[in-house]
Formats: sequence, C-alpha cells, structure tokens
Amino acid sequence: MNKWTNTGQGPGLLISSVPGPTATGLGEPQAEVEETLKRIQSHKGVIGTMVVNAEGIPIRTTLDNSTTVQYAGLLHQLTMKARSTVRDIDPQNDLTFLRIRSKKHEIMVAPDKEYLLIVIQNPCE
Amino acid sequence: MFPASTKTPHKQPRKQSISIGRGTRKKDEDSGTEVGEGTDEWAQSKATVRPPDQLELTDAELKEEFTRILTANNPHAPQNIVRYSFKEGTYKLIGFVNQLAVHYTQVGNLIPKDSDEGRRQHYRDELVADSQESAKVVISETENLEEDEEPKELETEPGSQTDVPAAGEAEKVTEEELMTPKQPKEQKLTNQFNFSERASQTFNNPLRDRECQMEPPPRTNFSATANQWEIYDAYVEELEKQEKTKEKEKAKTPVAKKTGKMAMRKLTSLESQTDDITKVSQAAKIVERMVNQNTYDDVAQDFKYYEDAADEYRDQEGTLLPLWKFQNDQAKHLSVTALCWNPKYRDLFAVGYGSYDFMKQSRGMLLLYSMKNPSFPEYMFSSDSGIMCLDIHVDHPYLVAVGHYDGNVAIYNLKKPHSQPSFRSSAKSGKHTDPVWQSELVHIDVIKLKVEGSTTEVPEGLQLHTVGCGTAFDFHKEIDYLFLVGTEEGKIYKCSKSYSSQFLDTYDAHNMAVDAVSWNPYHTKVFMSCSSDWTVKIWDHTIKLSTLHHCRTPMFIYDLNSAVGDVAWAPYSSTVFAAVTTDGKAHVFDLAINKYEAICNQPVAAKKKNKITHVQFNPIHPIIIVGDDRGHIICLKLSPNLRKMPKEKKGQEVQKGPAVEIAKLDKLLNLVREVKTKT
Repeated sequence: MNKWTNTGQGPGLLISSVPGPTATGLGEPQAEVEETLKRIQSHKGVIGTMVVNAEGIPIRTTLDNSTTVQYAGLLHQLTMKARSTVRDIDPQNDLTFLRIRSKKHEIMVAPDKEYLLIVIQNPCE
Repeated sequence: MFPASTKTPHKQPRKQSISIGRGTRKKDEDSGTEVGEGTDEWAQSKATVRPPDQLELTDAELKEEFTRILTANNPHAPQNIVRYSFKEGTYKLIGFVNQLAVHYTQVGNLIPKDSDEGRRQHYRDELVADSQESAKVVISETENLEEDEEPKELETEPGSQTDVPAAGEAEKVTEEELMTPKQPKEQKLTNQFNFSERASQTFNNPLRDRECQMEPPPRTNFSATANQWEIYDAYVEELEKQEKTKEKEKAKTPVAKKTGKMAMRKLTSLESQTDDITKVSQAAKIVERMVNQNTYDDVAQDFKYYEDAADEYRDQEGTLLPLWKFQNDQAKHLSVTALCWNPKYRDLFAVGYGSYDFMKQSRGMLLLYSMKNPSFPEYMFSSDSGIMCLDIHVDHPYLVAVGHYDGNVAIYNLKKPHSQPSFRSSAKSGKHTDPVWQSELVHIDVIKLKVEGSTTEVPEGLQLHTVGCGTAFDFHKEIDYLFLVGTEEGKIYKCSKSYSSQFLDTYDAHNMAVDAVSWNPYHTKVFMSCSSDWTVKIWDHTIKLSTLHHCRTPMFIYDLNSAVGDVAWAPYSSTVFAAVTTDGKAHVFDLAINKYEAICNQPVAAKKKNKITHVQFNPIHPIIIVGDDRGHIICLKLSPNLRKMPKEKKGQEVQKGPAVEIAKLDKLLNLVREVKTKT
C-alpha cells in the first residue's frame, strides 16, 4: 500500500498508518481511507465530498440526494471528456485531477481507475 | 398543309382560302366544311380580307421578283454533313449527300422461279401431286378389300350383319375423311429454314415447401469509441499478457503452478472482501493535498514566488518569512528531538519526537510530513520509548534509522505498511542500555552514539571508549573514516574508524555539553560546534597546535545570549549557517557578509515560551524547518539577503560550484589566521 513511486508525480504517496501496534490485515487500508475522507470533510471551507463509481452512480456522499445526483452525473461526464482529451493528445499521459474554480467555490475532482472523488470547497472562507 | 405563299408580282392580299384547282377543294380554315363544286361562285367571289398581322410592305418591295428553281433535290436532306477523317484528324464536310427520298416501301413475297428456293418449292409441288394420286389408288384398294371382307363376315356372323356393313361404311367414311385431311397436310408449305418446332414436356416434380425455425441468437447492443488511447491501452494489455505468458513458461514446475493458483485464489477472495472504498485511497490523498493547497494557497504562493523586496533597504540583514506550521495532536506534548530532510523527495521531512526531560520519559513518535499537506503527516509511527535521533539513508530513501531513549535502534522501512520497525536491536544484538543520542546511516551501517560514551557500529560492534559521554557526532563528508564526537563535558574528539582505542585529536571546545557538531559541506577542513554555554564555534581541524597555546582555538566564536539548541550549515553556501536558541530565536550568519554578527536574528517560535530544539536547511529550497519542544514545526523562508552569492565582476563569468565556496571560506580563514599569527 505504501507506494514509493519514482514518477515525476511527486513524492511518495502517503498512507498514515494507524498509530499503535494493533493493526489488522484487511481493515487497515479501509480505515485509513475513511479517516482521510473524514479529515477532508472536516477541513476548513469544505462544503461536501462524494465518491462516484465508474458509471456515475454516487456511492458515498455528505450532501443531500438531489445535489449529489446532479453533481455526480455532470462531473462524471466532464471528467470522461477531460480524460479522453488528455489521452488523445498523448496516450501515455493520463488525467491526474480536474479543478473547476467558480465564483462561489471550487470543485475538485480526482479520478481513479474505477472511482471519482469529488470535493467542493470554498477556499475564501 | 398549305404550300408556302408565293408572292406574285401583283399586289394581292392573301386570301384565306386558296383554290388550287377545280377538282379539289381544300378545307376552309375557319369554317371547316368542305366546299363543294357547286359553290364555284362562292370561291371565285374573292372577298379580300386583310388579316390584322399582315406585313406592311412598300411597293418596291412588293414588286421585287423572287425566282424559284425546281430541282430534284430532296428538300429534307441535310446539307452540311460532316464526317471525321482519321487520316487527317479533322472533321470534313461531305460534298455529296444522298438526295434520295423514299416515300413508300413494302417487302414482297415473290421469289424468282430460277432461284434455289423456287426450284425447291416446285419440286415439292410435284411430290404433292404424286401422293394425291397414290392416295386415290389406296382408297380404291381399301374399298375393294372391304367389299371382300363383308361377305366373309356375313357368313360368320349372321347376327351382326346389319352392324358390319354399317361399320364397314363407317370405316369407309372415316377412311375417306382420313384421306382428305392428309392431302392438305402433305401440301403444307415449309419455311425457308426447314424449321419445325419440337417441344416436349418433362414431368415436373411436385414442389414442396420445407421450413424450419430456430431461436434467434441472443443479441446485445455494443457500442464503443475507438480513440487513440483506447488502442494504446489495448496494445499495452496485450504486451503485458505476452510477458506474463513468457514468465509462466520459464517457471514450468507444477509446484509453481499450484502456488500461483493459490495466490490467485487468495487475491480474488481478498478483493471480494474489501470494501470498494479502499480503491479511492489514491484519489483521496490527492484531493486532501488539493484541499490543503486551497486553504494555504497564499502560503504556497509565498513559498514559491515571494522574495522580500524590502531586503534591498535593509542593508545586509535578512528576514525569515514564516510559511507552514506542522503539528499533530498525538505529538502535542512531545518535543522535537530530531529533524531530517529526505534526500530524494525534497518536500518530505522526518521528525522525531521524544523528550529531553530525563525525569519524565514517555512514548515517542516518528512522523514524516510533506510540505504539500501541512495538516496531516504522510507517515506516522509510534514507539514506546522516546526517539532521540534519526537519519534517512542517502541511497535508500525509504529507510529511516531511529535511535531511542531506551537504547534501541530501529530501522523503519517506509515501503512496507507495518507500523512496526523492520529491524530492531535487542539485548542480543548489542543493544545499548542508555539513550542513543545520534545515529547516522552511512551506507548500510548504522553508527550510533550513546550516552555511555561509546560509539558502536551495529553489525560489527566496534567499540570506542571515551572518557565522558558522547552527545553529538558527525561524519566527514569526504573522508570516510573520520568523524567528530562531542561530549557532555564540552570536549570534541576527532576519531577515526580504523583506530578504535585512540583519538586523533582533542578540542577543548565548550564549558558545557556539546549539542551539535557539523562539518562544513564544502570546506573539508572546517567544522562547527554549538553548546548550552551559549556559544557557537567554528574550527579548522588542520591547524596544528601552536606553541604558545596548548590547545586549539576556534576560528570564530559567537555568543548568542541563550543556550544554543542546534546549528546547521546552509547547503548553498559555505559561509552561511543557522543557529537556534532556547529563547525561541533563530540566528542566521553569513561570514562573507558579516564576520561578527548575525545577519538575521528573529524570534520564530510558535509561542513565546517554546524552546527551539532543532533546525535543518532544505537541500534545494530556500527554507528551513525549526522544531520546538512543544511538538511544533515551523517552516520559514529565507529572504534574499540571507542567500547572497558573491557578486560577479563585470566581464567575469559567474563561477558556481564547490570550488568557489571553498575559496570563499579560505579567504576568510586566512584573514583570521593572519590575525592570530600576528597576535
């Protein structure tokens, strides 16, 4: 899980291990991710977070249903388009993240192989 | 059809009806009725009516004579036929055009007697005539025969006498009838080609429909896009598959196959068990960094781009701009005991937490922070005993060596997900009984310095006995075996790995414990030491004992009004170094600019009561990190004045590189040496 990648993407990826010697084999990565998402949600200015799967169906969200569905559908399409654009130009390249800054807030989309993580933050707050 | 109007010399208006001859009368245009012979008077009474659209002509024009010639030319024949001449390659007008006008044609059926066909027909006619005669003869013969038969039949069957003659007569009649149609048959004319149609009909087999119906094959709709990257992905997959098959072929033992299958099974079961959410971990990290970047946007911008413009007016002094603050709840009450930048990933640094309070000893922590995410550490390890020192391997930047208060040395492997160290010294393998003060990872050896006053190498167990207790040490950058040890009494010993029993040299450095020693990164002869006796001293280890003074004297001494916690050379200049004191101040010196005073003197602690314990320069960025005894780490940016490079003279190239730095420091040292020799 601790990947120390040598690509130009930057330093090694982080996983904060649960402090203390007790750590189960399977539960650990799940707990880490949950913790990370919780931290993001409680960060200053963050309005909402959601996890969307490859088909555009939201799996996990902190916003209400209608908003979630709307965001999920629209951003999923946009991300697919953006990724297609990037890869068309150079197939060895891939989309790392997408940021949309608007007047009111900023929408950040981090695509993964199968999932999409969307965070809406108001940075000026 | 009216013939063309012939203009006679006399002026005559055109008449509606023109009479050609007495015998014939043309139909009147208007009336449409035929004018008969008896109405000569009508026709002759010429009532001249001028049509409204008649041409008005002058007398001269009317008198004009028009000649008409009667020729045998066909008026409908074309006069301008052109034919393409291949010889000359042009179209040529044909002089002679066929003037023949055919009015009526009919194909006839007379053939001359002397021709072939005529003779054939004549011959056939003769044959027909002969056959007719012979037919008559036959009839007469048959009649005779029948007459003969009748009396015979009469004799045999008297009962049917009446029938027989009737039958006989009927026969005669039918025979005659038969005869007469024969004649026209034989006389039938055949065609020129002797063609007779023959037809025959075969028996048509009866047709039968045979049908069978199956279930339609299952269908699905398939749609996909074929972008360049999809094609690329497919190729990459194919390549991977091929490589896998190659590897499988290489390891062709059945055992290997079994283990492979087992591994596969394990993998699949794992995948089904884990929640889908774990796959978001990568994205979650990125997003966390993005969120932090947004929150600390101004800080990030400052870090990257801000250069204090006021430095121009500040003479030669500089400032430290506070950037990020790193703190963690779990490490709240621990003090920072060690700081180290990662040699490979320049935004990652390791912080060791422990306690300098020897009465109260509690747990320790090792946190690794990235500047990209100031709110939460990248890696977090906790241990039972406080950490006193740490170092990151140069070649293997995922190995972190940590020395604990209880004398253990542990090596953490960041590549592995355990929260436990991968290597730990224990009582069996030469564990220390006292706190490990300093450790350095040199190649693969861990060299520790512990309080008891002996430095040891873990694998070999080389022991070096000292009189006092060691508190700090540093290895020379170039000379592999040479290192310095600072003690609690204030002495600094120069030692060599090869000599285990003797010191190469001794320096009476300080009055109190030496907190840190550090070789200059450029100049091989210079090192620096700091201590709780409020001083920082810079030494040259090659100076021989002078006859007047029985001990070495430092090149430079600086008094900082407070116990100095740590001192560090700058990686970009041989004359710049920073020192931090327990009163929360950071001092930056540049010997090239000011030999006696700090060019920057700034309180940097988060809270006033905090004592700063460690300082480290970032190898490439112009920032320093400062750790205090409350567990806070502050990142500060050096203002331009603190990073001054020597000004190049006009026309000369800017020289960069270690040689320049060494020369710079040498100049300063020479000045000092001259002064000393003079005194």
